[in-house]
Amino acid sequence: MKGNFRLTYFIPVIIILTILAIFWSYLSKIKDGKSIQDLPSALINKPTPVFKLPGISVGDKGFDSRELTGKVTLVNIWASWCPPCHVEHPRHMQLASEGIPIYGINYKDKPEAAKNFLNNLGNPYRAIGADRTGKVAIDWGVYGYPETFVVDAKGQIRYRHVGPIMEDDLTNKIRPLIKALKTK
Amino acid sequence: MITRFITITLIALIISFSAVAVEPNEVLKDKSLENRARNLSKGLRCLVCQNQSIDDSNADLARDLRVILRERLKAGDSDKEVIGFIVARYGEFVLLDPPVNPRTALLWGGPGLIIIISGISLALWFRRRNTTIAEELSKIEKESLVSLLEDTPDRRGPEK
Repeated sequence: MKGNFRLTYFIPVIIILTILAIFWSYLSKIKDGKSIQDLPSALINKPTPVFKLPGISVGDKGFDSRELTGKVTLVNIWASWCPPCHVEHPRHMQLASEGIPIYGINYKDKPEAAKNFLNNLGNPYRAIGADRTGKVAIDWGVYGYPETFVVDAKGQIRYRHVGPIMEDDLTNKIRPLIKALKTK
Repeated sequence: MITRFITITLIALIISFSAVAVEPNEVLKDKSLENRARNLSKGLRCLVCQNQSIDDSNADLARDLRVILRERLKAGDSDKEVIGFIVARYGEFVLLDPPVNPRTALLWGGPGLIIIISGISLALWFRRRNTTIAEELSKIEKESLVSLLEDTPDRRGPEK
């Protein structure tokens, strides 16, 4: 009887510890540089949207979603006006130099500005589609820029990364995933 | 001078609170369609500023979504189809009014669960309190109470 009564004294302590644990998990996410607002994509394990975008300038090769089958690919939604897109760009150049196919969707950009971006920093993309209205980006469920999708050989979206890709994103998530998808 | 300043500030504040993000060029000519569009967009979350609806938000993406929503309505989509179109791309998170399904069961059932749990623990607490009182008055205590009440020097002697 008395022992039981004592046990109830610990219930508030347990509740407070649980709340602290939740706070701590969110705080540590922020510390790791992850935004707690990052959302899971609604399109995971679903086929990519179907689209056919023109190139940045007249005469440029565009980007057709049919190109995304038969190999593991990355699709990067970027714009020259987006500072984090500049930040992540060296990682794309690195991946492209390793032979990993990256496709670009140039979101609501001015053709000259996009061209300048690529001329100054290099062009890692196998093909670039210019999404002037932003409608294709909406089909991909994009809400922040840049966003990068990992697409498997069947043309299904397997992973979505919101924000610039940093070195540890590559080593911890994207490279292992590409490796796993390739051996499948 | 100061009162005038305060009045102007207040009026500006009131106006800004009632302002909506919908721009004149977005508005549909068909009034009933426009009403449907407004109602639907009030229930859809803007993903850039996540605690605003796309009806309230000035974000670029919110504007694009409002325009797409109106295009779909004009094309003859039902309300459900329009919402489905957005949910297919952005997930159920866009619904400001979350639907009842297994994933949101805890969200919807949580308050009821808390009421049930606290009800049960309250009932247990009361029961325990009552039984403790009963136990306090049992056997030895009753006997000693009786003996205390009946305690007189005359009687005590021979009984012991």
